[in-house]
Amino acid sequence: MFGFLIKRLLLLVPVFLAVSLIIFMIVRFVPGDPIDNLVQIGSTEEQKAELIASYGLDKPLPVQYGIWFAKMMQGDLGEAMILRRPVADLIAQNLPHSLILGSLALLFSTIVGVATGALAAIWRDSWLDRAVMTIILLGSTVPSFWLGLLMILLFAVQLGWFPVSGARSWSALVLPVLTIGIGGVALVARVTRAAMIEISRKDFVMMLHAKGVPPTEIQLKHVLRHALLPVVTILSLRIGWILGGAVTIEYVFARPGLGSLLITSLNQRDYPVVQGCLLMLAIAVILGTLIGDILQALMDPRLREGLN
Amino acid sequence: MALLSVSDISVSIGRLTPLDRIAFSIDPGEIVGVVGESGSGKSLTAMAVMGLLPLIGGKISGGSVHFAEFELTTLTEARYRALRGRRVALISQNPMTSLDPVRRVGEQIDQVSMMHLGLGKVEARARSVEMMQQLRIPEAKIVHGNYPHQLSGGMKQRIVIAMALVANPELIIADEPTTALDVTIQAQIIQIMTEMARARNVALMLITHDMGVVAQACDRVVVLYAGRVAEMNTVDAIFADPKHPYTKSLIGCIPVEGLPPGGLKGIAGNVPGVLNYPKGCRFHPRCTRAIARCGDEVPLLRASGAGTVACHLAEVSA
Repeated sequence: MFGFLIKRLLLLVPVFLAVSLIIFMIVRFVPGDPIDNLVQIGSTEEQKAELIASYGLDKPLPVQYGIWFAKMMQGDLGEAMILRRPVADLIAQNLPHSLILGSLALLFSTIVGVATGALAAIWRDSWLDRAVMTIILLGSTVPSFWLGLLMILLFAVQLGWFPVSGARSWSALVLPVLTIGIGGVALVARVTRAAMIEISRKDFVMMLHAKGVPPTEIQLKHVLRHALLPVVTILSLRIGWILGGAVTIEYVFARPGLGSLLITSLNQRDYPVVQGCLLMLAIAVILGTLIGDILQALMDPRLREGLN
Repeated sequence: MALLSVSDISVSIGRLTPLDRIAFSIDPGEIVGVVGESGSGKSLTAMAVMGLLPLIGGKISGGSVHFAEFELTTLTEARYRALRGRRVALISQNPMTSLDPVRRVGEQIDQVSMMHLGLGKVEARARSVEMMQQLRIPEAKIVHGNYPHQLSGGMKQRIVIAMALVANPELIIADEPTTALDVTIQAQIIQIMTEMARARNVALMLITHDMGVVAQACDRVVVLYAGRVAEMNTVDAIFADPKHPYTKSLIGCIPVEGLPPGGLKGIAGNVPGVLNYPKGCRFHPRCTRAIARCGDEVPLLRASGAGTVACHLAEVSA
């Protein structure tokens, strides 16, 4: 297990380098020039050139990348052009909101998804299974931003149970968590159910029946355990998606967070902020898959050895 | 009195009836071979006795199965479960896939004695290790903590056999226990299984397609063909004087010493699938001695010498 960890961690280095390079390039290739937003109307070409030079934008791209990367490693993500504050501060201010929302949504979709998927698999082809599958189909096809708007209309405006928007109280988290989580519930339930049904047909499960193990124990202690492997895979891929996918939801609910910060700074072509946000999302994806791999290795002895 | 007596059971899966009035019995401590080619219904017979047909969507649609003091066809699922692994155990075809890949093999043996004998973790472990040692698993204590993928096929099959034996059952059903193994360890596994069965007076229903294995290990034989019993007799009698043409052909398939190259006979054609069982005797299209009657009339099982046979051409003892 120790050797596995070391290997897996070393693998992160090239991945991180590649990701940082891609983020750096993407932002450079987006059409539109942020300097246009900064120069005062009526300023001369010289004044504009001076402004460009002050941000280091006159240097060749490889040099720009080098400077950015070196500073990033020291925790300096540069200064926001529009908001005129360190990017690291902006992220530190917004990230916790996204993390709370994201982890609650992840927790919600895991618990509810695994439970409903397992129930549907155990009582396969019953009315319960059909009901769950129908809801799953709805949950995975409805766009989340639209679902968010519907929930605001029903639970916030009509019934007044929860605040319409903002992040001032814990109750303000309920609707956004549900909105993001429902898609995840559908996904997790579908994967859990399919995996459990497939694993139930395996020889070793038949053997457990032949040993006289009660069916519910077979399903919960043996089959579900195997079914969790693919669930961990999709969840670990979803960690980044939830943090970044919360973009539209944060917007719909007017919540502060990484997504809102990213949208605002994209609109203003605030390069350093966009870069910082993308970097955070990329790190979330990388950490997500890392955690997923470690969990899977803990759950399956064959994986531990395959990578050793 | 017979330990297991299967009386005219038919098995249906959906609208199909792959097993048609199978009947045979096994005495305590007896080793009975159930032989036939693939598709003759051997494994279904095993599933029927174990009560596992519902797992593949099948059921016993007629006949009865007596085991010890129980009528299995009307037994409640909970009481059936108490028998499985405790009094009737299964050794499955493929040891590669019969063990849970994410659990230590020892725990999988412990599970049986903890569940059925009420042993605690420590006692169960000691019992498993002892069982493994009896099955000549080297370094049993270490192997107990191994995962299935760390063991060879022969070792895995020994683990499966240990799982079957650990609760001291009265009957073990071994469904082609060596088919998935290397030829070199097949004989070893058969030998160790029959040895253990004899030593502990456990009845063994040994399903195989290999008449050679039957000759080596069994007391009696049941020959199945296309979901029906073709012939039943003691091993000595069946090899000395096979009554059914199918049994003769199966015996002809055993390689013997001094056989010239190309001299080994097979049986022409294939076992018919359940969808196109022929009328009359199901073997007649492949039978070299078939007469007109064989295609029309189903031959009934009749006593013939010490055994029984279902063939119009076999001479019958009055």
